[in-house]
Amino acid sequence: MRRLLTGNAAAAWGARLARADYVPAFPITPQTEIIELLAQWFGAGEMRGRLVMLESEHSMVTAAAAAAATGVRVFTATSSQGLLYAMEMLYTVTGWRVPFVLVNVSRGLASPITLESDHNDVLAARDSGFLQMHCATCQEIVDSVLLAYRLAEEPAVRLPAIVNLDGFHLSFTREPVELPPAEAAAEFLPPFEARGIGFRASRPSSQAVAVLGGSPYSYFRYETHLAAQHALEVYDGVAAEFAQRFGRRHDAVECYRSDDAEIVFFMIGAFATKAMDAVDRLRDAGVRAGLVRPRLLRPYPVAALRRALAGRRAVAVIDQNLSVGKGGVLHGELASALYGQAEAPLLASYVGGLGGRDIAPEEFFQIARELGEAIAARQAPPPRLLYTAGELRQMRNLQAIAAAERSVPGVAA
Amino acid sequence: MNAPAQAAQLTPQKFKSDVKPVWCPGCGDYTVLSSITKALAALAVRPENVAVVSGIGCSSRIPAYTTCYGFHGVHGRALAAATGLKVARPDLTVIAAGGDGDGYSIGGNHFLHACRRNVDLTYIVMDNRVYGMTKGQPSPTTEPDWDSKLSPQGTGLREFHPLVIALASGANFIARATSSDPNGTAELIVQAVRHPGFSFIEVLSPCVTFRPEQRTWKDRVHPAPVAPTDDPGRAARRLMTDDGFNIGVLYAGHRKPYRTEQSATPSSVAELEAEFIL
Repeated sequence: MRRLLTGNAAAAWGARLARADYVPAFPITPQTEIIELLAQWFGAGEMRGRLVMLESEHSMVTAAAAAAATGVRVFTATSSQGLLYAMEMLYTVTGWRVPFVLVNVSRGLASPITLESDHNDVLAARDSGFLQMHCATCQEIVDSVLLAYRLAEEPAVRLPAIVNLDGFHLSFTREPVELPPAEAAAEFLPPFEARGIGFRASRPSSQAVAVLGGSPYSYFRYETHLAAQHALEVYDGVAAEFAQRFGRRHDAVECYRSDDAEIVFFMIGAFATKAMDAVDRLRDAGVRAGLVRPRLLRPYPVAALRRALAGRRAVAVIDQNLSVGKGGVLHGELASALYGQAEAPLLASYVGGLGGRDIAPEEFFQIARELGEAIAARQAPPPRLLYTAGELRQMRNLQAIAAAERSVPGVAA
Repeated sequence: MNAPAQAAQLTPQKFKSDVKPVWCPGCGDYTVLSSITKALAALAVRPENVAVVSGIGCSSRIPAYTTCYGFHGVHGRALAAATGLKVARPDLTVIAAGGDGDGYSIGGNHFLHACRRNVDLTYIVMDNRVYGMTKGQPSPTTEPDWDSKLSPQGTGLREFHPLVIALASGANFIARATSSDPNGTAELIVQAVRHPGFSFIEVLSPCVTFRPEQRTWKDRVHPAPVAPTDDPGRAARRLMTDDGFNIGVLYAGHRKPYRTEQSATPSSVAELEAEFIL
């Protein structure tokens, strides 16, 4: 069934096709449409289960994990400040080793306040133990929710997963989406087999969290890490099965025209489709450009990234996030994956698209030029922010207005 | 303080900034803004001695619309920011403002403890019983049977009762106001600011976009039929049997506010005993 769906509707369809039993919810822009659609479907009896509005995202994630511990399939969604408010529980529930799917609709973090997208919210959860999948299209969203459940519920993984989509650019943009038939989705994703986990009727048990010393603590945290790493191998199998059933490949790392590329854009999320467009235009102009996009960010597909980038001359990592005092997060991650590798490319770091700012085609072309110069000079350019002189002029004008307003006579003496 | 004791009284207009509110036409919050600026003028304070602190939501945009110091903070955290500010700068008039979604969900715990702590500040909640900024979901004060996109048959949950909770938690001044009476609301804000300790004003402020039926609130409100009381027991009975549309001061107590300037240790038996009285 082919439909025109927003990213938010695609996420809701993912939960519907996964037959989520329980959806704890709390509204936040730009996620709200997801939970409204699910509420409507539960209300109309098109989905069986419950949607319950909690009083905060903190309670929402707690309720999600507690419900998952009883062996039901749980879906929830949030964004930005909401994800951060739930941060305490993100770390906590990964230690519970319960699988569920949380859709995060990426939005920049306060302050200043923005409603639009960047990836600092979801990257703040990078080290929590949640698996992370990053979508570039609405099709990928619905597919990723199904893939995420398969991955999370795998007995040797048993970790919650975040499926990330960009606020506004994906959440509110309609694209044609092929919806898997319900029966086919159910075959791909059978009912959740809770096995060892879960509270059962007539079998009381306490899942109290013990206070442990460093030695058992280290054991359990590292065990969680190994489970997440194991998810890489599981993902490859699950994605292959998905491709076979539905004809759509969602490899852990997407490579677009990068096999013979000299220069490569490295990005996650919806803006990677802008990079693809730039790659096509650069190719038309005779530049051997390509794109490498990790879909799976946790676990981090190191081997696949090394393979994808071996022999490329230069890579521009375009980070829609900013680790203050360090730079782009993805740049550091990729550098650590490639360090010491034979035939490793030069790595350039660009930070762009913060808080909803666009990345224009011209900027990709400029980056391509800079990579060409870097190859010639055998030296990566210094990291920089994608920001135009026009934007800076506008900013200066705003600052001048603010300064003038601050000195209004008669108010502040 | 170095400021002259007899500051020249400013007009309400001097407390309004040039920033144009983005509220929907007909939103109750416009008149609440007017009431705040009128109250500040009547209090003969100056904008630089007032801080308006908010969280996130439609009504939480209010600080930018005043010429006072403002802080548009984090969802639900207005009272935490306002408390820190007032304790550090007791000379400032501190007004926390926001909505029911902000104040009673994520902000709910702060509300309890702000009442209990009894810091000398005023908390104005513009209650429209809906999350307006995210487009119409049920809030803690929403009626259990209100049909919405997020709760097709209603939430089935009992409403939060902010005034009763404020009283039980130790707020020193509790009033209900209505956006349909800007002058009356301004007068209540003046009393709230002047009253020592934590003052709480619930303002019925209709959301004409997502709760258009609230337009009738202006016909349902009425002055509280009895005079304010300082007896918490009597106030509790009144609030529990309240129709939700009583306008006026419903409780004005004598609890000692949180002391910011001197030692918090009581120095006499009488002071010590006073701490035991709600």
